[in-house]
Amino acid sequence: MADTVKIATRESYGNALKALAEKHDDFIVLDADLAAATKTGIFKKAFPERFYDCGIAEQNMVSIAAGVATTGKKVFCSSFAMFAAGRAFEQVRNSIGYPHLHVVIGATHAGISVGEDGATHQCNEDLALMSVIPGMTVINPADDYEAKAAVFAAYEHDGPVYIRFGRLATPVLFDDSYKFEIGKGVEMKDGNDITIIATGLMVNEALTAADALKADGINARVINISTIKPIDKDIIIKAAKETGAIVTAEEHSVIGGLGSAVTDVVCESCPVPVKKIGVEDRFGYSGPAKDLLVKFGLCAENIAKVTKELYNNK
Amino acid sequence: MKADAKKELEIIACKVRMGVIESVHAAKSGHPGGSLSSSDILTYLYFNKLNVDPKNPDMPERDRFVLSKGHIAPGLYSVLAQKGFFPVEDLKTLRHIGSFLQGHPDKKGTPGVDMSSGSLGQGISCAVGMALSAKHFGNNYNVYALLGDGECEEGQVWEAAMFAANKKLDNLVAIVDFNGLQIDGTLDEVNSPAPLDEKFKAFGWNVITIDGHNFDEIDEAFNKASSKNGKPTAIIAKTVKGKGVSFMENQVGWHGSAPNDEQYEIAMQELNAALAKLQ
Ligand SMILES: Cc1ncc(C[n+]2csc(CCOP(=O)(O)OP(=O)(O)O)c2C)c(N)n1
Ligand SMILES: [Mg+2]
Repeated sequence: MADTVKIATRESYGNALKALAEKHDDFIVLDADLAAATKTGIFKKAFPERFYDCGIAEQNMVSIAAGVATTGKKVFCSSFAMFAAGRAFEQVRNSIGYPHLHVVIGATHAGISVGEDGATHQCNEDLALMSVIPGMTVINPADDYEAKAAVFAAYEHDGPVYIRFGRLATPVLFDDSYKFEIGKGVEMKDGNDITIIATGLMVNEALTAADALKADGINARVINISTIKPIDKDIIIKAAKETGAIVTAEEHSVIGGLGSAVTDVVCESCPVPVKKIGVEDRFGYSGPAKDLLVKFGLCAENIAKVTKELYNNK
Repeated sequence: MKADAKKELEIIACKVRMGVIESVHAAKSGHPGGSLSSSDILTYLYFNKLNVDPKNPDMPERDRFVLSKGHIAPGLYSVLAQKGFFPVEDLKTLRHIGSFLQGHPDKKGTPGVDMSSGSLGQGISCAVGMALSAKHFGNNYNVYALLGDGECEEGQVWEAAMFAANKKLDNLVAIVDFNGLQIDGTLDEVNSPAPLDEKFKAFGWNVITIDGHNFDEIDEAFNKASSKNGKPTAIIAKTVKGKGVSFMENQVGWHGSAPNDEQYEIAMQELNAALAKLQ
């Protein structure tokens, strides 16, 4: 795996917007003075007349997007996750969510892997904030292919969609044959001893962990859940029944994200032990993304360790 | 404005006020003060300005109206009912369980409501989005938003004002119901956003200040706003909160409370007398 191709999903987002715009002229893109970073700049460069910069005013941007959507036109709006989901939470809820408008929020720089900018920019709460809004679809793609597919699917979808993209370049896991569907999890690796359910950049880590566990004689199933809401209950219940224990892994608070959603399903339908890996109840800090991920236990080694412990206590 | 046209609007406005009192009384809660101060402006918009069709509320080319100060839903519902979007009788279901007339406007549930609102400051941005869409996709409709003067304390209002001017949205008109009162007191007692005319001017808008209860002045202002010059227009309408019901006028306490049965009777008597005088 020495020459693995790595692409940041924010890059995939910008590329997907451009590809989409080449086919459809019924949408516009809004950003809040971060086009260079969110990569809506790729779209802006190709279609400058379809790009509107709202300046550093995220609340206004989100409500403007809602207004555009009321007229039957499609619209993407982007900022960092911290500001799109955090700063403008109430606008997302009341301007977009309550009237159930088709706005796609493309939020980049999510999670601890923002790196050096530190805690004010490391949004580990967005999945929780967005999931709790009625009717909101929440997607956290795992790689370049899934990110692009999510953008195309969100364009076709009806109703509000939040898509989370990362800053850090991460390995490409899928290829052209991948068929993405909103609300469907994907079994990435077969196994019947225990299940690791991961999302976003943790999917690659989970796959690496599963390889390591194999050496210890543990066959871990690996599932990628990119749609956090509505969550794929079937794939989770099946895993709970067939493997008897689940580890979840996400670059997000352990409160209110993938781990919580999986736990809800498991507790209601097929109670088995679940161990959540994510950011514990704390803020992040500055540092290189890769080092931070290791510090916070968001890495293959820690997933393998936690999975092994849970397996041994099963 | 011609005398008979003006009289007709005054009659409708009086009926709109009756609908406000009826509905808020039936709901035992709601916001009469700001509904009454906006009744003349709402009446003018729906009966003299907006290209809307109650038979076809979703007509794509219709003018848009956003009630940014969503709490005066009783005023909006009453004018929509007068216009024929739904029966006047339905106003009495305001705020009741199962009613399509929610405490604050619900775009999905009420015919004629272009945007859900209630969280102050957001509606003007939504109106800006509609105006942007019309400009971008080449549609000819205009967009109107009604704000409260207290609402202008929200930072988002000024984010929206900045954007609308920067993007030259001259298909947008924001009306501020300048009644001088909010919830905790007068604007001055709370945190006055005045002078609003100078502020909107500084943000790059056309500004027109009028008496919000005088249909001649209202008419003139909206006609001026229609002559597009590359700038959005703000109409600062000086009004009396609670206008038309003597004991509610200029009383901060009538912002968000309903009349009891006795007060209801007096209010309706006053409005009926005013109507009789007009007819
Ligand atoms: C964001 C937000 N904060 C607070 C409120 C509660 N609230 C409802 S009405 C109101 C006062 C509004 O005053 P003004 O805008 O002057 O309206 P009017 O006088 O026309 O009724 C407040 C604070 C709200 N609806 N939204
Ligand atoms: Mg006021």
